[in-house]
Amino acid sequence: MLLIYCPYCQVKRAETEFHCGGEAHIARPSDPSKTTDEDWVDFLYTRSNIKGVYAERWRHIHGCGRFFNAVRDTVSDDFLKFYKAGEPMPDLNALAAEAGK
Amino acid sequence: MSDVLAGGLITPDAGETPLLSLSSLSILKAAPLARLSFRAREASLGAAGTAFGLDLPVAPLSSNSAEKRAALWMGPDEWTLLAPEDELQAVFDAIESALSGHPHALVDVSDRSETVIVSGEQAVWLLNTGIFIDFSLEEFPVGTVTRTVFHKAPVMVWRLAEETFAVEAWATFMDYVSGLLVQSAKELEAA
Ligand SMILES: [Zn+2]
Repeated sequence: MLLIYCPYCQVKRAETEFHCGGEAHIARPSDPSKTTDEDWVDFLYTRSNIKGVYAERWRHIHGCGRFFNAVRDTVSDDFLKFYKAGEPMPDLNALAAEAGK
Repeated sequence: MSDVLAGGLITPDAGETPLLSLSSLSILKAAPLARLSFRAREASLGAAGTAFGLDLPVAPLSSNSAEKRAALWMGPDEWTLLAPEDELQAVFDAIESALSGHPHALVDVSDRSETVIVSGEQAVWLLNTGIFIDFSLEEFPVGTVTRTVFHKAPVMVWRLAEETFAVEAWATFMDYVSGLLVQSAKELEAA
């Protein structure tokens, strides 16, 4: 069971209170009608799915209900950072180096 | 039980028999009350608090209470407001008229959920049979309120006093929640 920190509630809670929403910082095309089918497919389905340090969306669905973002090492499941929705993506390489990943 | 903290709102329902009554633990159904779900941005909180008669708490997982009023932090833009059942319309209208022109959502959810009062020296032990939260007074002081999961049902837990908690669940889940609470508490009788 993962322990996850909610940056809104400011507490660590068990994974069962949360829902993972996949890769973070995927921007919806600002003008969908001018987006090509290939780009739209990319937006909908293509994810980096990397082995390593990764930014993903989480929702504290059985708590405050808010979406936030977290940086997780997909190999060890260690969380390296939690931050509020709307905040910029941290430097993943720097976080990985700091954590010795 | 701290009536002051809960604004005198969370009281046992006199018409209901106790679900459990041991010397170290009791589980009682709480009397009905008015529950409002309120969502708004920071700029509207002052006016909402004045209309409700109680400031809305902004610290995560905290609550404010006064005579016949309680405001519970549910999220950064979401509160549960509690008042006596017969004041529902007056409270609703007061907030609505104070907030005309402010974007907000105010919804009567009084009948959506039910509350049981879990009280006694074994109350924390009992809640921990189904909830992964540290209920020590340092981590979860009196007045703390949170939504969480009890076994597989979403619940709200509000600490009314050191050994007294209000546990609220959606009405259709309450038999599951109170049933498991009572069943787990039977271990104490056997011990
Ligand atoms: Zn939260």
